[in-house]
Amino acid sequence: MTIQEVQEEIIDEFSMFEDWEERYQYMIDLGKSLPLIEDKYKTEDNIIKGCQSKVWVHADMVDDKVNFTADSDAIITKGIIAILIRVFSDQHPKDIIEANTDFIDKIGLKEHLSPTRANGLVSMIKQLKMYAIAYQTQLN
Amino acid sequence: MLNIQEIRKDFPILHRKVNGKALIYFDNAATSQTPQQVIDVIVDYYTNYNANIHRGVHSLSQEATDAYEQARIKIQKHFNAKHSHEIIYTAGTTHGINLVANGFSSLLKKGDEIIVSALEHHSNIVPWQMLCERTGATLKVIPMNEKGELILSEFDGLLNEHTKLVFVNHISNALGTINPIEYIIEKAHKAGAAVLVDGAQSCPHLKPDVQALDVDFYVCSAHKICGPTGVGMLYGKEEWLKKLPPYQGGGEMIAEVSFEKTTYAGLPHKFEAGTPNISGGIAFGAALDYMNNLGFDAIAEYENELLVYATEQLEKIEGVKIYGTAKEKTSVISFNVNDIHPYDIGTILDKMGIAVRTGHHCAQPIMDFYKIPGTIRASFMFYNTKDEIDTFITALKKAVMMLS
Repeated sequence: MTIQEVQEEIIDEFSMFEDWEERYQYMIDLGKSLPLIEDKYKTEDNIIKGCQSKVWVHADMVDDKVNFTADSDAIITKGIIAILIRVFSDQHPKDIIEANTDFIDKIGLKEHLSPTRANGLVSMIKQLKMYAIAYQTQLN
Repeated sequence: MLNIQEIRKDFPILHRKVNGKALIYFDNAATSQTPQQVIDVIVDYYTNYNANIHRGVHSLSQEATDAYEQARIKIQKHFNAKHSHEIIYTAGTTHGINLVANGFSSLLKKGDEIIVSALEHHSNIVPWQMLCERTGATLKVIPMNEKGELILSEFDGLLNEHTKLVFVNHISNALGTINPIEYIIEKAHKAGAAVLVDGAQSCPHLKPDVQALDVDFYVCSAHKICGPTGVGMLYGKEEWLKKLPPYQGGGEMIAEVSFEKTTYAGLPHKFEAGTPNISGGIAFGAALDYMNNLGFDAIAEYENELLVYATEQLEKIEGVKIYGTAKEKTSVISFNVNDIHPYDIGTILDKMGIAVRTGHHCAQPIMDFYKIPGTIRASFMFYNTKDEIDTFITALKKAVMMLS
């Protein structure tokens, strides 16, 4: 699936939720099911600096496709990362770099995009794209 | 007895909705809300007599200067300072602390010692570290116990003839502990050290008498006391303020200027360079009027009721751990539930219209002490109610259920 297709699938899923509670319960459940990052990657270097919750992200590339694993000490943040990883993992670096993230608004999580939010969703997306840029340079 | 329902009518913001729910504002230790009476004063200033002060001969400037200086006298009376020129307008607590720290850089030398408490806000630690770097003085820390109380016997041991300044908050922002500043001031003075007290968290809840305390410097911010942001005050004993050099250069703070030599203005203007926050200063005075009109005894009594009630209700929830259980504390409760991240609970509470603070509250050393990433902090003011606490408890239980 392309990034666009995955995003549309997520928008579809979220459209079934009637209120914030169902949305957040879903994210919390996602957070609980997120494949944990291997402990050896939970290093200071892999921390995305946020104010309140810690987020670790690791990336590698297999067959020209980037894979992400991640973890956070806060469960809602973990849920948000799970969604981002679903969108961006197993994709070509060029597609990751060019992808837009409008879907976040469409699934009712726009508030998490505010720069004042302590979970740093914005810096998380930036970090995923930075990895993609680095891998793209390797491919060139 | 305070009539809370009548008081709540004074605060327009308390009647708005957040995420579709009636706002419950429990982040008062970060900033308090502003009553209409104070908002009106700001509007009146810009509507009717906005002008630069202390210079103009025209009527508007006279009116603005009078209002600004009358507010200074209100502040003086509120804190019972001996002279109005011992009240320096600042941009807030942090500004006041930096002003004093900067002033001491010309008075300290290598080998001198500064004592701060383990209960400090970041803003209370960094200026002193900078001061020590500049002067070669050493920073010592009064440790705290598990309850969040300062260990006074340790403080006694830190004091000696090298101690030049002791710096402590009156009330801890993270835990709500009321520190025994009377004891600290007396002991410090015996050792020959000056004392600066941070009143940011105390001024909303009690009325400090700087003369009775015999404190050398006292700082606070208006926005914690129902006033606007960006304005605060530094009280300093006249003798100390005369000793300290000016902090910033500019207009207002000079007497005469030539390229050869400038003589500084007298107190308080020596420390008030540039055009100040005029409307803020006037509104600060109005905020003190508002609070004094309610009465600090009545405020303290009611807020303590809220604290006791909320603590009881919280303790009934399984897995709740409260940090900061000092015998003397104000209406601040810092807590966690099981090992749920405070950020997660704060996010869910916000969806239900409840504003609490989560995180390390700019007091990382305290969080390190308890080995936690942070806490959820609910802090109450006189306009909060037991009904709000009930709603908060129900919402918290729901958040815990969702997150467990």
